[in-house]
Amino acid sequence: MSLEVNITKKLSGFELKVDFKAENDILGFLGASGSGKSMTLRCIAGIETPDTGKIVLNGRVLFDSENRINIPIRERKVGFLFQNYALFPNMTVQQNIGFGLSKSIPKAEKNNIIKKKIHDLQLSGMGKRYPFQLSGGQQQRVALARALASDPEIILLDEPFSALDEHLRNNMMTQLKEDLLEFKKTSIFVTHNIEEAYQLCKDIIIIAEGSIDASGPKDDIFNNPPTLYAAKLTGCKNISKGKKIVNSISGNTVVQAIDWGCSITFDYEIEDDITDIGIRAHYLEIKDNDYDVNTFNCWIVATGETLFRTKVYLKFSKPTDNDKDYHVVWDISKEEWDLVKIRALPLKIRINPDKVVKIIKK
Amino acid sequence: MSELSPLWISIKTTIAATIIVFFIGITAAWFMASYKGRARGVIDGILTLPMVLPPTVVGFILLLIIGKNFPVGKLLDSFGITIIFTWFATVIAATVVAFPLMYRTCVGAFRQIDINVLNAARTLGASEWRVFWKVAVPLALPGIVAGTVLSFARALGEFGATMMIAGSIPGITETIPVAIYFAVIAGETANAFKWVILIFIISLSIMVASDKWAEKQMFLVSSARRKR
Repeated sequence: MSLEVNITKKLSGFELKVDFKAENDILGFLGASGSGKSMTLRCIAGIETPDTGKIVLNGRVLFDSENRINIPIRERKVGFLFQNYALFPNMTVQQNIGFGLSKSIPKAEKNNIIKKKIHDLQLSGMGKRYPFQLSGGQQQRVALARALASDPEIILLDEPFSALDEHLRNNMMTQLKEDLLEFKKTSIFVTHNIEEAYQLCKDIIIIAEGSIDASGPKDDIFNNPPTLYAAKLTGCKNISKGKKIVNSISGNTVVQAIDWGCSITFDYEIEDDITDIGIRAHYLEIKDNDYDVNTFNCWIVATGETLFRTKVYLKFSKPTDNDKDYHVVWDISKEEWDLVKIRALPLKIRINPDKVVKIIKK
Repeated sequence: MSELSPLWISIKTTIAATIIVFFIGITAAWFMASYKGRARGVIDGILTLPMVLPPTVVGFILLLIIGKNFPVGKLLDSFGITIIFTWFATVIAATVVAFPLMYRTCVGAFRQIDINVLNAARTLGASEWRVFWKVAVPLALPGIVAGTVLSFARALGEFGATMMIAGSIPGITETIPVAIYFAVIAGETANAFKWVILIFIISLSIMVASDKWAEKQMFLVSSARRKR
């Protein structure tokens, strides 16, 4: 089971140009709104037509601009979960789920399939209800049941959680992941939320301005974002231009963090053409002394509070009164902050070289 | 000639015109609702024109098309078919003037349907025919019914174009509006009054009945409305 996509399409402002393969698993499309990720899904489903390229699903050519092949939506066997679920409001849950069942299936068997889907997706007792009588979460499950019942070869999910309340999302995500793994075929999940992408997907493709910026297994993408955009999108708040130099005395590899005005020493080899380095806000460490080469003096510029965490804005090397003039953000729990705020300035902050994100601009 | 003949002629004409308009109007609306070509504005304008032109102009144009001295009329005449000044002419006049009301109301109703709902049906393997009948028509039903009612009322009230191409032949082409006109011309006010009241009752009761029905339907389709 596989999906191969290599298409281009002119959009207002930029050109969509994607080339990727998906195997039997959940693939995540991560990107900002308007980056072309939904458009890619719509091209696979046949709702939109690419300008050029080829789409092949399990050996079936769905679209091929060279050979003028463009299979209509109804023959593509693509299950699509729309952002607003797009249930048929004039039909009951049963009728919605049964809509995609082939006419050749006998009625008794149809009813069995519908019953099974209702049971599998925990919709028992709702078969006779209309969509407007269901909660958002239930509507999403009906939409998924409806797509699964038609026995598609792939499931495409277009931001399925964006219409749900925050507190519902976590439950629904676990549930959806189970359902998609049960499906055992390819699923593509589009989102702009890194948390969702991380929880649901095995591999991730990051899309920016219509092009694939980075792709790979999710842990690689999140731990070692290969591009500046991937680093920012996956939540790396602290990024500085970097330049590799070799310390002539010790022979150690050192990267100058140009924006931060400090140098980070590595005890392992890194690429020569490194252009940027970053450190995630919660990976900064506080020390009692600066014996370690990667521990630097920091002054607190400002703080910001969220529900359970405190963001501490720090400036290396010298104090400042301007609360916009900071180098890095440090994300700590409120309990940690209570201990930090009574310390004398400057704070001794260590940048752990093992946690540094190393970026090479192409 | 029976005294009630204008009533029967009007009802027959109106029902025939409404049925024709119903099918042509829905079909045209369904195509135009998704059509995004360059000619959209022009086609839309032409299909709406009979509504904004004076009925006499519509009648004049129809006369040019089906009149015995003009190409289409001549062609039909050579097959022994005459339309002008027959009951069919009343149907044609009523159909043409009522069409834009059906068309415009249905285009609006179809365009209000969430395009995702239609596409969802397609991804589930539904043919365009099935998408149309099982999804689009039920969701546009309040609009379709409203369009039908408006078309019916407009066809029932048609006067100008009818006079131009069907004339006023008692028992054949004399509809209620035509009968009212000639009753007034002849000074038969009481007779005119009788027809006026009749038209009033028919039009009003159909409007009220359809409104009641539409209210009940609204809650079903409202959740499929496109979010703006």
